[in-house]
Amino acid sequence: MILPFVRHRARHLSIAVVVLATLAAASLPSQSGRAAPPDALVMGMVLEPPHLDPTAGAAGAIDEVVYANVFEGLTRIGPDGSVEPALARSWEVSDDGLVYRFTLRRDVMFHDGTAFTADDAVFSLQRIADEDSVNAQKGLYAAIDSVAALDGYTLVVELKHPDGRFLFNLGWGDAVMVAPETADDNKTNPIGTGPFRFVRWIQGDRVELEAYPDYWGPKPALARATFRFIPDPAASMAALMAGDVDAYPNVPAPEALDSFKADDRFTVEIGTTEGETILSLNHRRAPLDDVRVRRAISHALDRRAIVDGAMFGYGTPIGSHFAPHHPAYVDLTGMYPHDPEAAKALLAEAGIAPGDLSLTLHLPPPSYARRGGEIVAAQLAEVGIKVEIIPVEWAQWLEQVFRGHDFDMTIVSHTEPLDIDIYARDDYYFGYDNPAFDAVIDRLQGTADPEARADLYREAQTILAEDAVNGFLFQLAKHGVWDARLRGLWENSPIQANDITGVSWGE
Amino acid sequence: MVEAMGQRRRLGVAAWTGGAIAALVLLVGAVSLVWTPHDPAVMDVANKLSGPSWSHPLGTDHFGRDTLSQLMVGARVSIAVSLVAVGLGVGLGVPLGLLAAARAGWIDEAVMRFNDLAFAFPALLTAVLITALLGPGAINAILAIGIFNIPVFARVARGAALALWTRPFIQAARLAGRGRTRISIEHILPNIAGALIVQGTIQFALAVLAEAGLSYLGLGSQPPEVSWGRMLNEAQTFLFLDPRLAILPGLAIVVTVLGLNLLGDGLRDRLDPRLEPRRGGR
Repeated sequence: MILPFVRHRARHLSIAVVVLATLAAASLPSQSGRAAPPDALVMGMVLEPPHLDPTAGAAGAIDEVVYANVFEGLTRIGPDGSVEPALARSWEVSDDGLVYRFTLRRDVMFHDGTAFTADDAVFSLQRIADEDSVNAQKGLYAAIDSVAALDGYTLVVELKHPDGRFLFNLGWGDAVMVAPETADDNKTNPIGTGPFRFVRWIQGDRVELEAYPDYWGPKPALARATFRFIPDPAASMAALMAGDVDAYPNVPAPEALDSFKADDRFTVEIGTTEGETILSLNHRRAPLDDVRVRRAISHALDRRAIVDGAMFGYGTPIGSHFAPHHPAYVDLTGMYPHDPEAAKALLAEAGIAPGDLSLTLHLPPPSYARRGGEIVAAQLAEVGIKVEIIPVEWAQWLEQVFRGHDFDMTIVSHTEPLDIDIYARDDYYFGYDNPAFDAVIDRLQGTADPEARADLYREAQTILAEDAVNGFLFQLAKHGVWDARLRGLWENSPIQANDITGVSWGE
Repeated sequence: MVEAMGQRRRLGVAAWTGGAIAALVLLVGAVSLVWTPHDPAVMDVANKLSGPSWSHPLGTDHFGRDTLSQLMVGARVSIAVSLVAVGLGVGLGVPLGLLAAARAGWIDEAVMRFNDLAFAFPALLTAVLITALLGPGAINAILAIGIFNIPVFARVARGAALALWTRPFIQAARLAGRGRTRISIEHILPNIAGALIVQGTIQFALAVLAEAGLSYLGLGSQPPEVSWGRMLNEAQTFLFLDPRLAILPGLAIVVTVLGLNLLGDGLRDRLDPRLEPRRGGR
């Protein structure tokens, strides 16, 4: 007797649920059209960070989530690339440029509720040079001789030699301030001093942050922020269109920019990044250790076609590892113009018959690599170099190519600012070794005078171009697309960061 | 036998249409071996995304490659992958099915329960898993698709063969002292060929779809090899800019699969023994 009644009611119930769900679904888009309430932001990124500790990894995606948002350094880099005070309120530099005396802020709290003092700063800077340090940019801080706390809020750093970029380097994510108690867990549970604290990380999907109520500085306008990781260009476009993502600081589908420009719901900003996009060659493997072969590869590359084909024209061809918007830039793109005949001649000189050389090309997920790689492969095929394309996921790229050095060629964008010194590193992934170049970088590190530094930078660029160390492709442009009501997003990327501390919703 | 049946049933319009489409795709694929309007791998970035013209009848893609040439080579890749995958299924599945039918008993049980097990896996998802494990590439796509064709053919072969084993002409062969293996090959196989051809056509259509699906996910053949599925994938972000890039390979897949299915259904009407229960022996 009861059963039919129950069934009957169940059916009514299910109909009601369906009707409600339909109504809810129908009314959702008209409610706001944005992904989140006015005090929240959903930001889209192509690459997911391997972990969240900026002092322990080279992946730019780490900084693109936590830099300035969760972690802060003594100094910070502003949207225009200038050095600004952060946890250090002010500093004095001795006349010989060897002693830096930082006055720290007094009201700074870590997200676990403990106070930030000069002891934390000493710990943070000293651990960079530790024996077992996993800092990806140790070289930047190699000039540090000693770090000491004079009192709770005064820090003195002595350098071995003057370093004109020391304050800038302190603004990198690799030198952010961490607490000794929590530093070991920062990979999964980052505890910093920034205006946002870490809430959770759903691997493969998103990182969530929320405003930290005890932040020392101006309160951010956003109460919550979500970083979503969407590697697929088509999916990222759809997410923007549908309002699932409010902002893409760098859309992976440059071909879509025109349609976003035509749509007044969106703001499109084309800016610059520090990303030298290069065809890295593994110098540990023959015949890539032969400069003639590398020059042949450089001659085979048609940079204009790569920029037009892979990036729809957004990007500036480069001839060495240096950003064109930097004052010390030298245009070396003319050194190896696109010339397949010259490339074939050089290969012949190196004793390689057409079709004899077969190389692998590992391509990480970003479209500049995947698409650029297809074009590079076709251009190398024209001069008789066979290329096997191997698409890899980001974690696999970091493991196999970057750390394991197991590759012939790869395409990647080096988005750290002024990172030409990577070519002087001993065990870097492409394995370039040239004492003359190392000497230039050595001199650079001991030089503070801006004009002399610029000259050294020019010399360094020229050496790299002459050695055709890698196939230098183009400077990555920043093509940001975001909801037109959003204010305060960075137009350029002077450093790896998605600083959302100044972001707000306007009308 | 086939002639006798042909008198009773003629191929319908659908089968002819399907056959014509399949033949056309085969022809296009064969032609692409010796001639395409342009080299499908050669990029001409200056002419990217250009519409149909005399030199590029179907236009060019985002790298300036000729779309018609790509579609032609795509047909070849699609056919090659599907053919080998189905061949793998036939080559291993049919002997297994014949063995199961001939031996009965525990062999039959073992083969068929293993079959059931294979059927319990969602085919395409497992194919994705296999290619993800072995690495993307045409060969692994063939393996992944082929493996799931084995139980299909084993089951069809066993079912059709079992029905034959009770027939008088088989009994006669048994009494004449022929071995089970020999009977399977000489008498059973020719008589279940119809069912296998029908199943093969349908599996072929499924394999074309599976290959396109795997390539779409980036797990099939890798660039610079051409594949309809990857053309579709690459066209996604250009949907608003140039829908032609997505429509053409999509259409190629749809038409090919439709053609093969029409052909399969048409052939089934004529060849499948299960639709001819009162047919006599030879």
